[in-house]
Amino acid sequence: MPLDTQSPILRATGLNKSYGDRAALIDASFELWPGEVLAIVGESGSGKTTLLNALAARDQPDSGSVEFQLEGGALTNIFTMTEAQRRLLARTDWGFVHQNSADGLRMDVSAGANVGERLMALGQRHYGKLRATACDWLARVEIDPARIDDLPRHFSGGMRQRLQIARNLVTQPRLVFMDEPTSGLDVSVQAKLLDLLRQLTQQLGLASVIVTHDLAVARLLAHRMIVMRRGRIVETGLTDQVLDDPQHPYTQLLVSSVLQP
Amino acid sequence: MLNKSKTSTPLEKLVDSHENQAVDQHFNFAYLDERTKRMIRRAILKAVAIPGYQVPFGSREMPLPYGWGTGGIQVTASVIGPSDVLKVIDQGSDDTVNAVNIRRFFQRTTNVEITTQTQAATLIQTRHRIPEMALTEDQIIIYQVPVPEPMQRLEPRERETRSLHGLAEYGLMHVKLYEDIARYGHIATTYDYPVLVNHRYVMAPSPIPKFDNPKMHMNPALQLFGAGREKRIYAVPPYTAVESLGFEDYPFEIQRWDAPCELCGSRDSFLDEVITNDQGGRIFVCSDSDYCESQQNDAESSSGSTTPSGLKHD
Repeated sequence: MPLDTQSPILRATGLNKSYGDRAALIDASFELWPGEVLAIVGESGSGKTTLLNALAARDQPDSGSVEFQLEGGALTNIFTMTEAQRRLLARTDWGFVHQNSADGLRMDVSAGANVGERLMALGQRHYGKLRATACDWLARVEIDPARIDDLPRHFSGGMRQRLQIARNLVTQPRLVFMDEPTSGLDVSVQAKLLDLLRQLTQQLGLASVIVTHDLAVARLLAHRMIVMRRGRIVETGLTDQVLDDPQHPYTQLLVSSVLQP
Repeated sequence: MLNKSKTSTPLEKLVDSHENQAVDQHFNFAYLDERTKRMIRRAILKAVAIPGYQVPFGSREMPLPYGWGTGGIQVTASVIGPSDVLKVIDQGSDDTVNAVNIRRFFQRTTNVEITTQTQAATLIQTRHRIPEMALTEDQIIIYQVPVPEPMQRLEPRERETRSLHGLAEYGLMHVKLYEDIARYGHIATTYDYPVLVNHRYVMAPSPIPKFDNPKMHMNPALQLFGAGREKRIYAVPPYTAVESLGFEDYPFEIQRWDAPCELCGSRDSFLDEVITNDQGGRIFVCSDSDYCESQQNDAESSSGSTTPSGLKHD
């Protein structure tokens, strides 16, 4: 692996964000290591998405820093970069999978163009190669390559989510942010998607940050997890450890709230 | 129809009828007041300094509706002087309603000399064509632009398209071309075909046929673009590189026709299809009426024949 595994790929330090006088994120700090999958869990309104948006530079926090390990191995604060650098990062080294697939896809252009867009933005100008890459990625996310010219509008919810993943992974990013990737899908489709995600993150050695309210998703995918409540990180640890032996009262409540069929 | 009268064309009559019309003293020269002209000239200078960049300007209400060339008219009004010779074309033709009205407007407000001959003009205002005859350094061509933003269809947020231009992120333009190939097997965009100006800004060339795109490249004339409703001016200075976008395996191509122009026999001009009767009879003729006429005159003077190729009406 060309990466420097001696240092984290992403480091957040003292992140704060408030909307008016309502604090959405209070002093959040953590590190993410190359190839690691981190889940951020908590109930609605606990600041999960605010944290994710700050990490992915989609929203500027009030204070604190987010550092990302660039190709050269140096940790760089993403908020001191120019917008051009940040946007380049966002379409090469990063991926972002939205909860609502319509936010992450172009619904009016074909699946093939959706997958190829990042490559075209990076200067790929060969139609045949773009198409071959798109076919390859559709197959990898278990979408029939024969549907390459169909609009995402005509896809099912699960297929759209998988298409979104393909669109993000086509540039071989090192870090993928996911915001509730499985919510709104029925359980069998969820299971398939989780299976696919686990396989892809392992194959590609992806580091990822997954925001979810579903502890089962965290259990399946994440190596480590962060529990948030009212904008604060209340507990962190290895997934099994946190889920099987929760320390914080809120985590205990969260874990005991899960229905056991 | 399409009978050519030998004495004077309807267009010449039309021009004559306005020639003696006195300039209307109720308006300032070229309709706009001098401050507005200065404001527009400043925008033009900025546009020339940054080829292909869309400069916002305070577009004025003009005495004709949006979509009729209000942007082009304001640009023309700001650069026109009493010694200029003006030509106005609409889809290549000098005698269609848009061209006639804009020409009449400038005659009334400036009394400048007008012409239908491309080489005689110093200013050419055009809607959707570039004349076939090569332009020179002494000429300015002014395009009427309905939609100045080439990415508007794919990215409706203007804030976003502005930053895409600022950061030169033009992947989106190729998404559009990709979609064309995926759906139709070739790039099906035939007009308003996106171009890259001076290796930097992607620009909408206004709805000219893509046949005309290569003429913009390294053109000796100054090319100005005015969008009245969208309040944008942009420019291509003389001798600037203008490259039509494409893929390596699906490069940019211009339209071609199997037949030559029915009237002048030209094989290298943009042809319009004209329906001649209800039995499906159709002919192809030059869209540039001035070019077609001069080709016919050349053929006549060299061979002495009266009819160039004969009209088919069956």
